[in-house]
Amino acid sequence: MSSAYVESYVVDGNELVAIGEASTKIKAVLKMLGISSDLIRRAAIVAYEAEMNLVIHGGGGSMSLEVGPGSIKILAVDTGPGIPDINKAMTEGFSTASDKIREMGFGAGMGLPNIKRNSDNFELTSEVGKGTTLKSEILLQKT
Amino acid sequence: MKLSAIRDLLEAEVINGQERLDAIEIEKGYASDLMSDVLAFASPGVLLLTGLTNVQIFRTAQMLDIPSIVFVRGKMPCDELLHLAQEAEMPILVTCMSMFESAGRLYNTGLAPCSIPKR
Repeated sequence: MSSAYVESYVVDGNELVAIGEASTKIKAVLKMLGISSDLIRRAAIVAYEAEMNLVIHGGGGSMSLEVGPGSIKILAVDTGPGIPDINKAMTEGFSTASDKIREMGFGAGMGLPNIKRNSDNFELTSEVGKGTTLKSEILLQKT
Repeated sequence: MKLSAIRDLLEAEVINGQERLDAIEIEKGYASDLMSDVLAFASPGVLLLTGLTNVQIFRTAQMLDIPSIVFVRGKMPCDELLHLAQEAEMPILVTCMSMFESAGRLYNTGLAPCSIPKR
C-alpha cells in the first residue's frame, strides 16, 4: 500500500443504540482493503472501545481511520469533560460509567487497558473541561 | 462441535440462521454478561453465551468475529439485535438453561475455554 487511506466518522453522543456503527464501518473498510483478520480484529476492538468511550464519557465526538503505508491508525476525539487522572483511568477495573451503561454490559473499567493491549502504539491526552484525544496505531508488519 | 449439536445439547430454540447450523464449527466458548470482559478476554471465533439482550451484544460479537450467540435463561434478544443478526446471517439460539448449566454441558462435551492471561 503506497498511499494512506483516510476516513472519518461522526459519533453521536446521544445514541446509545448506535454505538458500534462507526466501528462496524471501520471493520468493513479494513476488510475491503485486504488487511489480515488478526489485525482487523485488533483494530475493531480498539475502534469499538474508543467509540463506546466517546458516547459514554465524551458526549460524542469524531473518529478517524488512516490505513497505510505501514500501519492502521485510529483517532478518537471528543470535547467532553476530560479525564482528571489518566493513570487511574488506565487501571483495569476503574470506571466512572453510569448504571445505564453497566446494565448494557459495559463500564467495567476494561476499555482503555484493552485498547492499549491491542495497539502497538497508544497515546491518550486529555484536558479537564476541554476534551480527550486517543490515538492508537497498529503496525501492519512488525519490525 | 457443530452448532447443530450445540443446539441439541442446550435444547435451544433457533431464532435465526437455522440453515447455517451444520456449516458452523465451534471450538471454544465464552460465557459472560459483561461485554467489557468479552472484548478483553474472548478469543476469535468463540461461541458467546450471555443473558443480556441489547443490541450491543451483537456489535460486540461482530467486532470479535463471533459466529453465533446463545441467549441463556430463556432471554430473547431485542428486535434491533435480531434485525442485525438477520442481515449478517448470524445464527441466534435461545436456551432456557442457566448460564452455568449451558456452559457446563458444552465444556463436558469438549468445547474449550478461552485462556485468560495470568495477572
